[in-house]
Amino acid sequence: MNAPQTLSRWSQPGSSRVPFWAYTDAQLYQRELDKIFYGAHWCYVGLAIEVPNVGDYKLSHVGERQVILVRDRVAPRDRATDHGIRVVENRCAHRGVRFCQQPEGNARSFVCPYHQWTYKLNGDLAGLPFKDGVKEGECVNGGMPPDFNLADHGLTKLRVAVLHGLVFATFSADAEPLEDYLGPNVMPWVERIFRGRELTLLGYNRQRIPGNWKLMMENIKDPYHPGLLHTWFVTFGLWRADQKSRMVMDAHGRHAVMISRRNPDAPAGAGAVTEGVTSFKSNMALNDARLLDVVPEPWWKIPDPAQPGQDIMPTVTMITLFPSLIIQQQVNSLSTRHIVPRGEGSFDFVWTHFGFADDTAEMTQRRLRQANLFGPAGFVSADDGEVIELSQDGFKQWGEEGSTLCELGGTGTEMTEHMVTETLIRSMYGYWKKVLAV
Amino acid sequence: MSTSVDSLALHHAIDQFNAAYAAALDDKRFDAWPDFFIEEGRYTVQARENHARGLPLALMALESKGMMKDRVYGITQTIYHAPYYMRHVVGAARVTGQDGGRILAEANYAVFRTKPGDASEVYNVGRYIDAFVRADDGALLLAHRLCVYDSEMVLNSLIYPV
Repeated sequence: MNAPQTLSRWSQPGSSRVPFWAYTDAQLYQRELDKIFYGAHWCYVGLAIEVPNVGDYKLSHVGERQVILVRDRVAPRDRATDHGIRVVENRCAHRGVRFCQQPEGNARSFVCPYHQWTYKLNGDLAGLPFKDGVKEGECVNGGMPPDFNLADHGLTKLRVAVLHGLVFATFSADAEPLEDYLGPNVMPWVERIFRGRELTLLGYNRQRIPGNWKLMMENIKDPYHPGLLHTWFVTFGLWRADQKSRMVMDAHGRHAVMISRRNPDAPAGAGAVTEGVTSFKSNMALNDARLLDVVPEPWWKIPDPAQPGQDIMPTVTMITLFPSLIIQQQVNSLSTRHIVPRGEGSFDFVWTHFGFADDTAEMTQRRLRQANLFGPAGFVSADDGEVIELSQDGFKQWGEEGSTLCELGGTGTEMTEHMVTETLIRSMYGYWKKVLAV
Repeated sequence: MSTSVDSLALHHAIDQFNAAYAAALDDKRFDAWPDFFIEEGRYTVQARENHARGLPLALMALESKGMMKDRVYGITQTIYHAPYYMRHVVGAARVTGQDGGRILAEANYAVFRTKPGDASEVYNVGRYIDAFVRADDGALLLAHRLCVYDSEMVLNSLIYPV
């Protein structure tokens, strides 16, 4: 007897027309939390350098769950194999209190102030008052039941993977190892920035963006817009549609790298790609050129993963690691950008800017200066938050019938050697449809 | 301060400066904004958490009148954004010291944002940490205005100077 088949809610074939309900449906969002953020995926939590000393901790999020990133004590004999980074949920096992209220600090243990339940840095429950009752004369009053076992009542411990100083965590026992999760196509681009480097923390910027979290993933999988929305990019040759570029994806189409090179020979001003582009300002010259004092760095050049025997030297690599992380290398500016969803219509976006321990003071100054392009007030990035908000406004006002049209470059999901395509967005939704079973 | 009248006059001059600065921004007379600074003046807008921890990253870090003019160009010509009204409320200035020719002062500030058609909101609040100098005609000018804001969670974007 054939059971009736549920009609797919996403009734169009393919993944080039994203329905508006994907961005606005509250129940669907709950399923995203369960299947993506709390499911068999790895989420970014922070950088190992944010917790340099034993006992250092900072608060972070996986999905909507607040977690504590902490550097645990590690016995000398284990230090070769145990990085000592733990991620535990900030929720007391007793009666649910979100007990850690300092955004960052140093602790020898975690104590929930309500009833003094005490946890080791790794989340093990170390002890609690009156566990064995309180003596009154000959009697012992109260105490925990005889079958109470401390080992069963620690904090929820996430699985942790540290990759070249990037800390990822997952609630899922089923998530494949992080290296496999990222895959061989994307890994060289992560390694290019982080492998063997000692990072330095430059600081944080934060913004609350009133749009669906997927819109930020899409924005950084969208090579169509930078040469059009971001006037700065166009005019100063930092990103143009006629640059040599490459769109790379993992096997599932969920992670991506947008790779681009500044055109050394191209005219800095008008060309075929700027005709009719209203944001192009051909007479734009900076009053103070120090803002764009870009100096190529030797490590930008790597053996080309796609062309053995040749090198490649991008000026820009924008990496999206589904669902929660963007890694930015834009000329001399470097950041991680953490997506923290807050309901279907909002997310927090946390920027962590960093440099390298061997940067000269001049290079650090350059990185800080170029940070003016990025972040919530950035010459380039501020627009992105705005168009995301305005996209969500558009979705909300039209409803169930609406859908987007992501068909630049066709309807396929292939990698390309150009940027005139929305293939990365289509690929992400191809994957998303499977995970959400819509 | 040598006399209380000198102190009164100086605090008054800084309060007047701050009122004029706020008015220029709230009226969107952005071209007037760099002229509150000396040529090599610096304007920094930084989250309190970075300032408190000694981390150098700022939201905006402009190092000259030239960079400020470039920011004004960005605001008026290139950064796509939903436009909004700003309204500054600046608290009484406190002179915290004098350092060579520089007058060091602080004042609390609050900026409310109103998007046309929408309700006003508390947008960016913090304190100005300032270094003033006197121009040849005695007028006050900023060598450095550091805006350290408590509103670390920026409500989407920050486009205009605060």
